[in-house]
Amino acid sequence: MKTLIPDFVLKAWMSLWGMLPPLMQYLVETTFWILVVMISVILTVAFTTYFERKVIGYMQGRVGPNRVGPFGLGQPFADVIKLLIKEVIVPKKSSRFLFIIAPLLTLTPALATWAVIPLSDTFVIANIDAGLLYVLSLTSVGVYGVILAGWATNSKYAFLGAMRSAAQIVAYEIAMGFALVGVLMAGGSLNLGVIIEAQAGGVSQWFILPLLPLFFVYLISGVAETNRAPFDVAEGESEIVAGFHVEYSGVAFALFFLGEYANIILISALTSIFFLGGYLSPFEGWTFLGDNNLVSFLRDPSLGWLCAKICFFIFVFFWLRATFPRYRYDQIMRLGWKVFIPVTIVWIGVEAVMAYLRVGPWSGLATASLAG
Amino acid sequence: MIFGQFSPAAPEITLLIMICIVLIADLFVEDEKRATTFWLAIASLAVTAWAVLASAPDAHTLLFDGSYVSDALSQVLKLFAIGTVAIGFLYARDYLRQNKLMKGEYYLLGLFGLLGIMIMTSANSMLTMYLGLETLSLSLYALVAFDRNSATSAESAMKYFVLGAIASGTLLYGISWIYGITGSLQFDGIAAAVRNDAINSMPLWFGMAFMIVGIAFKFGAVPFHMWLPDVYQGARTPVTLYIASAPKLAALALILRILVDGLGELHVVWQGMIMVLAVLSLVVGNVVAIAQTNIKRMLGYSAIAHVGFILIAIFTGSQDGYAAALFYTLTYVVMAAGAFGMVILLSRKGFEAENLADFKGLNARSPWFALMMLFFMFGMAGVPPWVGFFAKLNVISAVLNAGFPILALIMVLASVIGAYYYLRVIWYMYFDAAEDRSVFQADIDTRIVLSLNGVAVLVLGIIPGWLLTLCINVIRTVY
Amino acid sequence: MFHTILFYFFAIVLIGAAIGVIFARNPVHAVMFLVLAFFQSAVLWLLIEAEFLAIVLVLVYVGAVMVLFLFVVMMLDINVEEVSGGYTRYLPLGVLVAVLMVTELAQIIWLRSTPGISAAGFASTPDGYSNTKALGAVLYTEHVYAFEIAAVILLLAIVAAITLTMRKRPGLKQQDIAAQVAVRAADRIRIVKMDAVKPDTGSEP
Repeated sequence: MKTLIPDFVLKAWMSLWGMLPPLMQYLVETTFWILVVMISVILTVAFTTYFERKVIGYMQGRVGPNRVGPFGLGQPFADVIKLLIKEVIVPKKSSRFLFIIAPLLTLTPALATWAVIPLSDTFVIANIDAGLLYVLSLTSVGVYGVILAGWATNSKYAFLGAMRSAAQIVAYEIAMGFALVGVLMAGGSLNLGVIIEAQAGGVSQWFILPLLPLFFVYLISGVAETNRAPFDVAEGESEIVAGFHVEYSGVAFALFFLGEYANIILISALTSIFFLGGYLSPFEGWTFLGDNNLVSFLRDPSLGWLCAKICFFIFVFFWLRATFPRYRYDQIMRLGWKVFIPVTIVWIGVEAVMAYLRVGPWSGLATASLAG
Repeated sequence: MIFGQFSPAAPEITLLIMICIVLIADLFVEDEKRATTFWLAIASLAVTAWAVLASAPDAHTLLFDGSYVSDALSQVLKLFAIGTVAIGFLYARDYLRQNKLMKGEYYLLGLFGLLGIMIMTSANSMLTMYLGLETLSLSLYALVAFDRNSATSAESAMKYFVLGAIASGTLLYGISWIYGITGSLQFDGIAAAVRNDAINSMPLWFGMAFMIVGIAFKFGAVPFHMWLPDVYQGARTPVTLYIASAPKLAALALILRILVDGLGELHVVWQGMIMVLAVLSLVVGNVVAIAQTNIKRMLGYSAIAHVGFILIAIFTGSQDGYAAALFYTLTYVVMAAGAFGMVILLSRKGFEAENLADFKGLNARSPWFALMMLFFMFGMAGVPPWVGFFAKLNVISAVLNAGFPILALIMVLASVIGAYYYLRVIWYMYFDAAEDRSVFQADIDTRIVLSLNGVAVLVLGIIPGWLLTLCINVIRTVY
Repeated sequence: MFHTILFYFFAIVLIGAAIGVIFARNPVHAVMFLVLAFFQSAVLWLLIEAEFLAIVLVLVYVGAVMVLFLFVVMMLDINVEEVSGGYTRYLPLGVLVAVLMVTELAQIIWLRSTPGISAAGFASTPDGYSNTKALGAVLYTEHVYAFEIAAVILLLAIVAAITLTMRKRPGLKQQDIAAQVAVRAADRIRIVKMDAVKPDTGSEP
């Protein structure tokens, strides 16, 4: 088989590569993978917006976008081009630098978190021990974009949106953190790869079963953290117009948009990893199906399973949006502080006791092995 | 049981469990039955005291990898602290009820403060000491601001908080220095490191100076005393009582453990600093107290003067001196609790007896309690045979033994000046006509305990021997 | 080599950010500089393989404390002119304190580097060493007492904060969610069965 690239070019390339110092090789390789993951995420975001409009359209008895390209698949690109060629208007009395940097601050943490996420059993950009903490800290940093945008705009609506968002995110972060403490106890490690491996052995081993309340707390807190409906008081277009991004237009607005959807994908990915076994297959260990290629493909862990799970959770996000009316602000606070935090704390206790006593689904958790 | 190894720390553990019980129970108590919380708090104190007695070790016991120490000193201080806190709770009860301040939080914060005191008395590492101090200070800040409708309370709480935070910062900075140089947080480790190699290093002295500033702040020694009179005056009287009594025991533990346990080798270096603090406190406290018309403020300055005595006793650096300091602190705490108990007794609904004039003609209103107040005043002034006399005498003899006659002279002079303002209270009580003839509203148990408190000041003065022996024995076993 | 370059890069940014905190005229900018400074210190900690501390610094300080800080600073309407007026007044004192601290620090470094004194540099950690695990082990064994007291202090802070701020205002209208959920149709409406009657045709208005 003739390759497209002539042999000598390939050889020259390989020898050039070998001449690079190991450090440079490492840097180039990592940068390459970072770019791959980033571009995939951004492309996914584009189609997520299409997916959202379609899902909500059908739920509301409409068709959704169907004009640009086949099935309207070109719609996201049309939108992007439209936003790119629009003017970015910076309000006169705003704090210019912060106004411009704010959208970047929302997007960057959402992308940077992908560094520690194991996409398949063999691939992760940075396999670090404190991965879970890293994820937590980066998601908590994301709030700065919203706050700064609200403040820098120098508009009352934007400021109200920012304040709401800050209080909400700080409140739900705690519940989220506690839910992850439960995961950490179950997995026995902060390393995401180890957490996934701890769920190996079929659906019954996934953490969703022993940690069911924590799963719901985490998922709902995730919705609140991303300021999505029904927790979208920070935008609240019927009360405060568009909240923190009321004055944003063009590329700056597109970046906010990108950040929001990147966060949705991220939360979906994390929920899959923490509770649904990430890249693991639900058919793991189904040996009675025989052993042909297709079956083993379905049984083996792969990126495909992770993507399927992510898609499901993205769908849940849109489903929630189409179904529920917006929460009132004080109800959001009540739910966060008075329901979720107690639920998580109680469940951590339950988990510890159950694991210690080795009851049912808890007996397989890492904590149980410490009980001795 | 694996928990058996923690038995020396039983008092702290017991108290913490009891605090949690009180905290939960108080949620379900209705406002009219708030006395339940009081009795629960008293019960907690009783159980804790029992735990202290039951866990009494034979000797110096270290726990938690050396960050906790249980010895005779900590036992004595803990028992006294529990006792004074209990007395304070009792005195406060009627006052709080009458002034609609009867909330569970007063007792809770009081118990938390006691926990802080106990942690400090048993601290064997800088970290534990600092954390105990923070536990105590946080409770005190909240207690001072406890009456939310009073602007003066809020103001003094703010002052206390800001200055206290600076003091904590200073102390912590000093601690980080010492840790940086000696490489140890534990007092014995620090002592060993100092003995071995770092004795003459300038940075060590720097760190120590910072720590002494922090300690002086917490003690209320001049020139770091600014918060003390304001806080005494601004807080509601039951809170002042609390601040004026048990935390002094913790402050004594703070200075003994850090300066003697940890930096005893540097005695020559810190001696000078302590002396300056002590002499200034003696002079400023006694002189400024004369000008006060508010009794809480006056007692505040008197507290500064008493701190001067305690510091001088520590300054000597001898066993006699430490024993005298211990004796002085223990007896002072008893007297201070009683004196503020009298101030509370005179107050009633909507009326705070905080001016000296409110004591006028007390003899005509109640000869017995006038006599009790006389006991407290004579005790503080150091008139024989009340116990304050022996406390002062011990300190003076320790100073003379250490060879500082001029210091002894200053102490005598300061006491003589101090006697003036204590005697003025007595003059008001016995030789002035009463402006206010209302009846005391205290319950019978409060009256009995207050009377016992007054009598104790006299009885301890007549037979001081056993307490003195106790103090000397305690110090002997520890140092 | 690479580490050294990284260290100097981040250290310079850190110092720049710290200077920015002091000199920024706008308090919000100052807070953002502080956030940057925290980030840079976290990175420096990462360089000495203290990954747990580094990430927790970001999580706690940047993610929570500074957000609340920013919240407060944005709410307060701080007069920039007034705040910056104190510069010259406090400059001599500030410089004095700074010089003092620098000399002291220099001395302590000098002291620790002299032989004979218990000095130890940063030893490179062996492979497979988990900073987080090691910290956890120490926290729950050697320092368990201090750790527990710290927890007590947090509990105390909660009690104190609630004592000082919670008031039940009379006449405040609140939702009782439990009561709302527990309500039954029968509590709210009563269906009355009435016989059909013929309208009285005579008295039609």
